[in-house]
Amino acid sequence: MNTLIIIELQKMFKKWRTYIGIIAISLLAIIIQVALYFTGKNMIDFQMRGIEQSFVMVGNLLNGYFIARMILTLLIIHIPFLVVLVGGDLLAGEATAGTYRMLLTRPVSRLQVISAKFISGFIYVVVLIFWMALLSLGVSLLIFGTGPLLSIGSGIVIFAENDILWRFLGAYAYAILSMTTIIFISIIFSSLVENAIGPIISTMAIIIVFLIISAIPVDFLQSLKPYLFTSHFTQWNNFFNEEVDYREIFESAGILLAHIAALYGVTTYIFIKKDILS
Amino acid sequence: MNIEQVIEVRGLTKKFGNLVAVNNLDLNVYRGDVFGFLGPNGAGKSTTIRMLLSLIKPTSGEMKIFGKSISKDRKEIFSKVGAIVEKPDFYLYLSAYKNLEILGKLSGTDVSKKKIMSMLELVGLDKRYKSKVKTYSHGMKQRLGIAQALLHDPELIILDEPTTGLDPQGMKEIRDLIIYLSKEKGKTVFLSSHILHEVELISTRMIIINKGTTQVEGTVEELLKTDKVKVTFEVDRIEEALRAVNESSWQKGFKSTSKNEINFDLTKDEISGLNKYLIEKGIAVSAIIPVRSLEEYFLKITEGGSK
Repeated sequence: MNTLIIIELQKMFKKWRTYIGIIAISLLAIIIQVALYFTGKNMIDFQMRGIEQSFVMVGNLLNGYFIARMILTLLIIHIPFLVVLVGGDLLAGEATAGTYRMLLTRPVSRLQVISAKFISGFIYVVVLIFWMALLSLGVSLLIFGTGPLLSIGSGIVIFAENDILWRFLGAYAYAILSMTTIIFISIIFSSLVENAIGPIISTMAIIIVFLIISAIPVDFLQSLKPYLFTSHFTQWNNFFNEEVDYREIFESAGILLAHIAALYGVTTYIFIKKDILS
Repeated sequence: MNIEQVIEVRGLTKKFGNLVAVNNLDLNVYRGDVFGFLGPNGAGKSTTIRMLLSLIKPTSGEMKIFGKSISKDRKEIFSKVGAIVEKPDFYLYLSAYKNLEILGKLSGTDVSKKKIMSMLELVGLDKRYKSKVKTYSHGMKQRLGIAQALLHDPELIILDEPTTGLDPQGMKEIRDLIIYLSKEKGKTVFLSSHILHEVELISTRMIIINKGTTQVEGTVEELLKTDKVKVTFEVDRIEEALRAVNESSWQKGFKSTSKNEINFDLTKDEISGLNKYLIEKGIAVSAIIPVRSLEEYFLKITEGGSK
């Protein structure tokens, strides 16, 4: 099984499309960092304008944590688009290339093959989020230094310097869970077709439709909201509340894990029963 | 029979909706056979091969390789089987070397540089081992397909159209390689081919299928021996030759004539007899041209002739 996973990762990281997400995240993070390096102070002043007369602000508010939080908020919405580029190709890519015939006539079971595909997809998500964390948090801390985190949500919260890192770790871990759900959706579509374009478009279409349904203020559609997996993606934000609601986080995480298990189970069933005609 | 049966297929059927691709097919391949698998386009050859390699699930029937069920002992069986299924497809963005390394690892075989390079050398690709497969011609991919099929030293080699896309020299090399693998290495080869001459040259046993059903199965020698072949005799004096034929028992084999040629349906043994007769009658025979025996036999079988 380890051999299969290593082979899958070797194949994945030899493909150009695998680096699109990594390059896109790198570029966006760098652009945001450069922009905030030159104009960040104005932005902080603008956000603090309502309270600066009531409170005395001390310390470096334009710090690495603030930048990392901003990058996380901006990029987390777009990472699904990058993740499905790889997930949609994991199985359909083999069908398009005709390499199923080589792969599945080896002394390995289809269960092992599909499991290796899922695990390598998960590893790709981890690498992508880790890379984002490294660039947005690690590099930003090097450039902008540390300080308290100014968090603007329903209200303004400022976290002390020693109360921040664990929140980021929790948020990144939750982001991995959300993106794993996305990549698993693209893998199930990928098992059904012989071209990677279909799974990519289908997965994105599902995410967009669910997000639109969630946003329409109609009672019936709002009642569906808790059942849509997209409603549970943004729980990472909870880690930046003054009081973290762990019950909500674990409930949402449970729902996403249930999705992941179901997607793995259904895809495995389809793949094991599938006639390879490509 | 004491000879070990390597492939045993009984009542194999595959339906795609209403289409019956393979219908109650029986097939027997014995150890050491170079087994020719023949049939016209759409006869069900590729579907059968895909079922043998567990790429397609049969609708019904039983398949055994090395006496074991493919569905139950898949891993054990496929560690001893090498195959090319239809056209050779590889990871185009990887080198030939890397492709073989990956496929070798999946087969659980030695993937040392020495082993991989020896396989590439065997098929004449050692000088291009670093090149990405997307830069390869079809013929080169076909050769790489042979290399991957042989990489883990399999006991049974299933080859689906292995010489497609190769130049005449390449075709001969692959034929020689198959003969070498069979005779020197004791491998069993299951060879599906459209090139009847190829099958006739290298196969020991064969099957012809049509519309998913077995038409004939047996040794190539036996199957071809029992039937007459078309032979053209080229003679110097056509009228005298025709008169001599009409006055003799050879008349029953006579089919047609054109210019200085006379066409007969004869068994192989009868050809020399007729030649001797014409010479005795003072007629010079400048050429005896047989129509390919397997080609003739194949057409007869697949066009609904006698079994």
